[in-house]
Amino acid sequence: MSELTEDSVRTDVRAWLEANWSPELGLVEWRNKLADSGWGVPTWPKEWYGRDLPQAFQAVVDEEFARIGAIGVAKAGIRTLAAATILAHGTDLHKEKFLRRILTGEDTWCQLFSEPGSGSDVAGAVTRAEMSGNKWIVNGQKVWTTSAHHAHWGLLLARTDWDQTKHKGLSYFIIDMHQPGVNVQPLKQMNGHASFNQVFMTDAVVEPEFLVANVGDGWAVTTTTLMHERRGADGLRTWAMGSDRKGRAYDEERAEIATTMEPYKWYPQRAGRVDLILSRARETGHLDDPVVRQEIAKLLTMSKGAEWTARRARAAAQQGKPQGPEGSLGKLVSSHVARAAARIHTQLSGADALLTGADSPMNGTIAEILVSVPATSIAGGTDEIQRNIISERVLKMPKEPSIDTTKPFRDVPRNTVR
Amino acid sequence: MKFSFSSEQEEFRSNLRRFLGERSPTKEVRRLMATEAGFEAAAWRKLNSELGLTAVRIPEAYGGQGFGFGELCIVLEEMGRSLLCAPFFSTAVLATGAILNAGTEAEKQALLPGIAAGDTVATLAWVEDPAHWDAAATRLTAKPSGAAYVLDGFKSYVVDGHTADLIVVVARAPGTSGDEGLSFFTVKGDAKGLSRTLLKTMDETRKLARLEFKGVEATLLGEAGGAAAPFARTMVEAAVCLANEMAGVSDRLREDALEYAKMRMQFGRAIASFQSMKHKHADMLVDVELAKSAAYYAAAALDEGDDDVVAVASLAKAAASDAALQTAVHAIQIHGGIGFTWDNDTHLWFKRAKSSEVLLGDAHHHREQMMQHWAA
Repeated sequence: MSELTEDSVRTDVRAWLEANWSPELGLVEWRNKLADSGWGVPTWPKEWYGRDLPQAFQAVVDEEFARIGAIGVAKAGIRTLAAATILAHGTDLHKEKFLRRILTGEDTWCQLFSEPGSGSDVAGAVTRAEMSGNKWIVNGQKVWTTSAHHAHWGLLLARTDWDQTKHKGLSYFIIDMHQPGVNVQPLKQMNGHASFNQVFMTDAVVEPEFLVANVGDGWAVTTTTLMHERRGADGLRTWAMGSDRKGRAYDEERAEIATTMEPYKWYPQRAGRVDLILSRARETGHLDDPVVRQEIAKLLTMSKGAEWTARRARAAAQQGKPQGPEGSLGKLVSSHVARAAARIHTQLSGADALLTGADSPMNGTIAEILVSVPATSIAGGTDEIQRNIISERVLKMPKEPSIDTTKPFRDVPRNTVR
Repeated sequence: MKFSFSSEQEEFRSNLRRFLGERSPTKEVRRLMATEAGFEAAAWRKLNSELGLTAVRIPEAYGGQGFGFGELCIVLEEMGRSLLCAPFFSTAVLATGAILNAGTEAEKQALLPGIAAGDTVATLAWVEDPAHWDAAATRLTAKPSGAAYVLDGFKSYVVDGHTADLIVVVARAPGTSGDEGLSFFTVKGDAKGLSRTLLKTMDETRKLARLEFKGVEATLLGEAGGAAAPFARTMVEAAVCLANEMAGVSDRLREDALEYAKMRMQFGRAIASFQSMKHKHADMLVDVELAKSAAYYAAAALDEGDDDVVAVASLAKAAASDAALQTAVHAIQIHGGIGFTWDNDTHLWFKRAKSSEVLLGDAHHHREQMMQHWAA
């Protein structure tokens, strides 16, 4: 077998794409070809739709896809977390049943971790899964579930043993969302959007073979999913762009992206829209106000500082240096930036900040900033949890005393279920 | 834009940190800051010749090492950490900057080798009015007198002005105003007609002086009447250098406060175990790391000739001013009562944070500079 080089990989993928890619193929038809050839996920194992290529060659493959305009496998949404978790912990049956349809985009997934009683404390889940006859029977409520309203499958964290300690009593399942015991309701947010759902499970059924890893291993598997979620968080926040080219495959991809990205359409406003500040100051006549100028300059100082800190962290990672403190601050800083931006947008808009929708500046965009920013300091780990993480992991300060991890979970004080 | 240090730069930094840690413990800082000069000439010359500090950014053609602001700013950050009592900022940043930006080839040949070798302590004298850091407010006059000039007037807040061997002075032609008619001159520290008075500074590690010029003979540096642009450039560079020094000050304050919090026991536990303390430290880390990123970026912007460097320099100075002061305030608070005593070292860095906050213009001033560039 010949040595793999950047050139040999480029030659191979280019030849394959030239022979196979056509924008007139159906999206699923095309992605099945990707799965069969291994070029859709070349770093995955050969036996599971990949080519065992080292990560370093991914960029070359991406370049060749972009060059010819070929669409890749379905990447957006929770399905990538499902794929990563199944690859790491799943059985051959799981891989056989789920991976291909994840890659083709035929199946949509959701993540059933957070509960009304456990937000920051995910391991405090009280949704119960009990073996009855030959099946797992699930009862409980999940919340903040993106895509649950159209998902085929859910990644479910549930408690299977109440006599074990908190983390050891959890198990991880794949649950069929299309069944009578699963009821999905949209959760309307303070900004009027309903990007997430509540999921009520009443005697919902999970087949025994859809347990992931062993009973009691739920927390370890959850950690894998969360690690991939954090790693991909930047990607999720970036707007996925469909191609504006003509062809059946492109049309179908645009529709897919529209569905997947729909819940995230207010995310730019959530971050505060620093990009609009100077133009808004100009058009509202505030650019000469020395007080406003100071506030804008403070905001720009912070947002540039955040951007350059992130780039320092990336540069260090590229050089293979161990991660320094600069790599752990982005989430917390984004909250400061968003809040400061919202404050200035309010100041610039004056009485117009009282309005919303079509009556308000920029057809509601400014109003949407003001009522979306509070999510930034909560979603994906609250500011308070971020500060705990920074102080404990980066600054090596003493951990919070844990009074809930050594006794049987049934004895741990917790929220009453409403 | 460069976002990381090379392994050579990292090694330079770690050697320097070890060296300065050994040569400038706080006991030594306290001894030297209580002297009138603020440093010991022989010891500084020795240290400088061992490490080549004043030579870092002077081109090799003038006896220097020919490095960029990236390296110079590493030195400054480490100086901020160690509070080394030496006329480094005045000599290697202010005077060297003015000479490099304004001087003719012959003037650079004449003036820079002595600075690079550590034989000449130099400074830049431009401020007169406490409300103005720009040169346009200059009143000190320079009248032609034969081949030379004669200076009359005063300068104040001159860093190391009472000890400098060479003083670069901003003066104006009689009858001019604003940026017109401004020139740089060089004056010897012991020149006739020059009287120098040490000012009592709150930050004893940075000495300032008031200089009276009565018919002092001076030599033109650079083009007559053309100092405005090279002066402005020198201020941009100095702001970036000071921002990096303040990054070192902030980081040292933060680290010392963290170490203290881990050691200090109250209510039967280290105060570092209280969540209020942990969250404060996390916030301090954010302040310091963001200010560092801005300071590093600004140094790279100078080296790479970034078009936005004027705004970026002011951004870095504003960020560093706020971060250093905020960190200093937190550091005193974390130490509690002992942090308010003279014997505890925290106030040494608190005062340096305060003096650097004001020197070259405070955060409000630099935020306005930034806006003039970005929101014209």
